[in-house]
Amino acid sequence: MTNDDLFSINPFSLNRAEKALVLTRKLMELTLFHRERCEIYKNVTDALGFDPESVSAPEDFPFLPVRMFKNHELLSVPRDQIFKTMTSSGTTGQRVSKIFVDRQTGMEQQKALIRIMSDFVGKKRLPMLIIDSPEVIKNRNMFSARGAAILGLRMLATEAVYALTPNMELDLDLTRDFLARHNEGPFLCFGFTFMVWHHLYEYLKERGLTLDLSRAHLITGGGWKKLVSLNISGEEFRQALNTTCGITSFVDHYGMVEQTGCVYAQCPCGHLHASIFSDILIRRPGDFSLCDKGEEGIIQVVSVLPHSYPGHSLLTEDMGILLGEDDCPCGRMGKYFKVTGRLKSAELRGCSDTYAAKF
Amino acid sequence: MTNREKYIKCFTDALEVPAEGVEKLEYQGVESWDSVGHMSLIAALEDSFDIQMDTDDIVDLSSFAKGIEILKKYGVEI
Repeated sequence: MTNDDLFSINPFSLNRAEKALVLTRKLMELTLFHRERCEIYKNVTDALGFDPESVSAPEDFPFLPVRMFKNHELLSVPRDQIFKTMTSSGTTGQRVSKIFVDRQTGMEQQKALIRIMSDFVGKKRLPMLIIDSPEVIKNRNMFSARGAAILGLRMLATEAVYALTPNMELDLDLTRDFLARHNEGPFLCFGFTFMVWHHLYEYLKERGLTLDLSRAHLITGGGWKKLVSLNISGEEFRQALNTTCGITSFVDHYGMVEQTGCVYAQCPCGHLHASIFSDILIRRPGDFSLCDKGEEGIIQVVSVLPHSYPGHSLLTEDMGILLGEDDCPCGRMGKYFKVTGRLKSAELRGCSDTYAAKF
Repeated sequence: MTNREKYIKCFTDALEVPAEGVEKLEYQGVESWDSVGHMSLIAALEDSFDIQMDTDDIVDLSSFAKGIEILKKYGVEI
């Protein structure tokens, strides 16, 4: 199965055995390709004792810590083929990751994102209210993770309205106008968790206002750490947005700039799902062996898309728990899991969290 | 205006490129055809031909030539 074949089938249609077969073959191709084209990657995988003969499953491939993209410029195609350099969301004083994207990788990332998200919010394009300021996408060549996430999801929408002013204040007139123009049928609302909390929910609450967003699918992303530190759980978040805005459809997602496009979206059962384009493996911090189902460990992500940079197998700095595989009540095949937090020494770096560090 | 003229105008207006060489354009091939330019182009095509495209087709519209193929699905012959 080629990447094109993967794009022509339902993104949650492969079971464990089928997916292992596809992933193993694709990851081998990518590992060999990047070893040939990226010297640093070759040196690291040599040091890790990579031997193609001993690899028989997705978990056998070497993985790079995501931090490597902070300290090294890793790429596997000539620099003149890079059309977009994405940077991680780091707070001031942190080093940012640089991810080099060529045309093929960029297109496939965009396609994967749309295939995955439309499985959750429907194939029909809808108007979108974005809980952010248009300022965030001003520099078109140097996208922050935040801008890239917005522009990626923008393709799901017929029109997009930015609900926040450049000063990051809710533009009530603009928002009410959007709601009045789309007073029938569903629409999309997208924002990073902390921004939705602070700039939408708290803004309305402080002023004793409400807005009718009951027809919205609220898509969120970008990390929960800031809200967790304020003792706000996912359940409280949903409750609060339901009370002030009448929202009942919530689609949170987990993802990272190092594997843009391969997002893990949350189904109504509250589970994050791995699509056919990528997978997660949970590892024990002590020896990196695989955790059992239900056991907390470090999240490793593998993806079939990274072609221009060696980012197809990465150890994140997030902790999570594998909840099951192929048997979620929502009907999606593949693994489902939850994210439980950040590795203790890890920096604050979700899009929502780095923004929130200013508060 | 013929459909072809309208189609070309969508590209020249949305991507701010001259009509000359427009047939060879590819997504990400010129600076202005990035994801922002792409959505302007889609909006222009939808307005000009009074259609609404599916997300899959929007993502697949990766070149001038590919767009002609995709518009056929919506009953538009360029």
